[in-house]
Amino acid sequence: MPNLASPWLEKQRHLIDFTLASLGRRKTKNLGLLVAYALLVFVLASLALFTNALRTEATFVLAGSPEVILQRMVAGRHDLIPPGYLDKIGRIRGVQKKEGRLWGYYYDPVVNANYTFMARPAEEVASGTIMVGATLARARGLAAGNVISFRSYSGKLFAFKVASALSPDSELLSADLVLLSEADFRAFFEYPAGHYTDIALSVANPLEVRNIAAKLAEALPDSRPILREEVLRTYQSVFDWREGIVLTVLSGAILAFVILAWEKASGLSAEEKREIGILKAIGWETGDVIRMKLWEGLLISLTAFLLGFVGAYIHVFHFGAPIFEPVLKGWAVLYPRFTLVPAVDGLQIATLFFFTVFPYTAAVLVPIWRAAITDPDAVMR
Amino acid sequence: MIELSNIKKAFNQGKPNEYWALNGIDLTLEAGKVTAFRGPSGSGKTTLLTLVGCLSRPTSGRVRFRGEDISGLPERFLTEIRRQSFGFIFQQLNLIKGLSALENVILPGFPTGRPRAELVASASQLFAQLKLEHRLHAKVEWLSGGEQQRVAIARALINNPQVIIADEPTANLDTALSREFMAILESFTAAGKTVLLTSHDPLVVESSAVHRVVGIRDGKLTDD
Amino acid sequence: MLRLPRRPSTLAFLLLASLGTACLLIFALSGQSTAAQQQKLLATQALVAKLGLTDLALFTESRYTRHPTQADLHSALQDHPGAFDHFPTGSLLPPPALLTESHAESRLAVAGKTASPD
Repeated sequence: MPNLASPWLEKQRHLIDFTLASLGRRKTKNLGLLVAYALLVFVLASLALFTNALRTEATFVLAGSPEVILQRMVAGRHDLIPPGYLDKIGRIRGVQKKEGRLWGYYYDPVVNANYTFMARPAEEVASGTIMVGATLARARGLAAGNVISFRSYSGKLFAFKVASALSPDSELLSADLVLLSEADFRAFFEYPAGHYTDIALSVANPLEVRNIAAKLAEALPDSRPILREEVLRTYQSVFDWREGIVLTVLSGAILAFVILAWEKASGLSAEEKREIGILKAIGWETGDVIRMKLWEGLLISLTAFLLGFVGAYIHVFHFGAPIFEPVLKGWAVLYPRFTLVPAVDGLQIATLFFFTVFPYTAAVLVPIWRAAITDPDAVMR
Repeated sequence: MIELSNIKKAFNQGKPNEYWALNGIDLTLEAGKVTAFRGPSGSGKTTLLTLVGCLSRPTSGRVRFRGEDISGLPERFLTEIRRQSFGFIFQQLNLIKGLSALENVILPGFPTGRPRAELVASASQLFAQLKLEHRLHAKVEWLSGGEQQRVAIARALINNPQVIIADEPTANLDTALSREFMAILESFTAAGKTVLLTSHDPLVVESSAVHRVVGIRDGKLTDD
Repeated sequence: MLRLPRRPSTLAFLLLASLGTACLLIFALSGQSTAAQQQKLLATQALVAKLGLTDLALFTESRYTRHPTQADLHSALQDHPGAFDHFPTGSLLPPPALLTESHAESRLAVAGKTASPD
């Protein structure tokens, strides 16, 4: 095979050959190191990819949320919207639609799960029938046509026929929903007539939303307007790296990594020093020794990073991030099945790359600096 | 070919354990000849070899190699001269464990950037000459003492140097292997190479292969 | 004939090249959803608009984790005298943005909305 490579390139390949052969002398230890390193990257990258994708998806789908939701507070706690409240809003300019919403929580002792009951207009859900979220349907083994009974908080048993299950594609949003007619809702929860849970308002001009919310607060001082932008902002800061579990996982991973790098940087064994002396004695320059070690650091950290990252991608976007499921599920019984659309934040990954590859490479180089610049005649003795 | 002028070498200079290994050596070594240095331990033989072979620098004095003053050269140039012109056979052999014989032999060739195929071909040739072909890929720690030494010799020769330096080469060999080594030495000189070695062994010092014996004691030359 | 062992650097390059290519592919395909995925997302968005949904159904443990954007500030013992918090979801969810933003920033606060967190 004709040799097209320059001497410099050939030399780098030689250095890589040597460093790999050197690593191969302690295969198990170095493989273990690589695996541990890759696992670290895997966990961190999985977290980054998962949270970023979830945030992106939440931002997209929740763009369809109502512009303003109005809640009423009594003595600092949520209370129902009384009759006539809707009219008090009057005709504020810019408000296209205002609608009283009826929804609430129901605890199902059969599976120890919490459901969200929502009232819908008659054309969507007929009286006596319900539509259920896909996760709920799976948990209770429901299909269209089945009948299910719920015991209301007043002790009465209500039977409903399942008209259909909501699409599994929207499970992330509709996992625990039970949609029923307004009449059924009021009867089930013994909801006082004319009262609503909250009010949803749609506003045509997005720039007007804050003004309208201000006007609402003026007109109804006991109300609490929640804007769509605030909804979206909440989901932007979910899984924030400064909070709770994410911070714990992150700190744990970083600590593990620091220990790894520290172990590398904490000096050479006598044999390693001797070997560097031999290399210098047989004609390697200081620069060659350092370059060889640099290749070692780079090769290990690059391989570990790429393995971890690609593994994380497959883990999150093909398998739905199963290692995070128990954390997210917590004590909940219903956990939606969802696959996220791949969305990679380049900056995040670049940061991860920078903070894994460079410290490790530096950690490999630091201890050999001293040995590399020593005179080789010490080898003779 | 190699000239030493008033060479002095001290270790731990300035410290309480200061030690002068060489105390003014003047010496001229001819090309193409085998020169043996003889003397008791601690006489400075090994230090002299390291100075001649560019492994270290003298504290004072000058070393001239092919007319060029090399004692004051920066490390990079010194290393290049060492790599191109000198081949070392250490007393402890200093082979790298865990690597095969072949990998050990081609190591000095790595910084030169020569293609691997070329290095492997040179190494194979040397192995054939030294009757080691069957041990090409064996790990060095599995080789016998004699085989290891031949690997060390091959390593010293891979860059085709002009000068071979050997420190106590027969110290760990039996008589038969020592004789074999001297025969190999003769083939070096036949090829025009210069050989410098140190030895206690009368078999080496009194061998017909050696052209000149230099005595050294307490860092100074004695007889010639 | 002498046997030339497979060169370690070649193997290393091959491994890194394949991983690197996978990585590049990932970046190239990022953000590009397939037509099917796009459809699903749009359908979900339409459902959100129709039903007026405001939250992901990820944390169905309790009321304040189910609808974090609609909830009061997270407070201990909210659900039950013995229940301090829902772990770990309680530590994953920050209080809703509107309750934690500084009042200097909020025009609504200036407009007379209830200034204190609930």
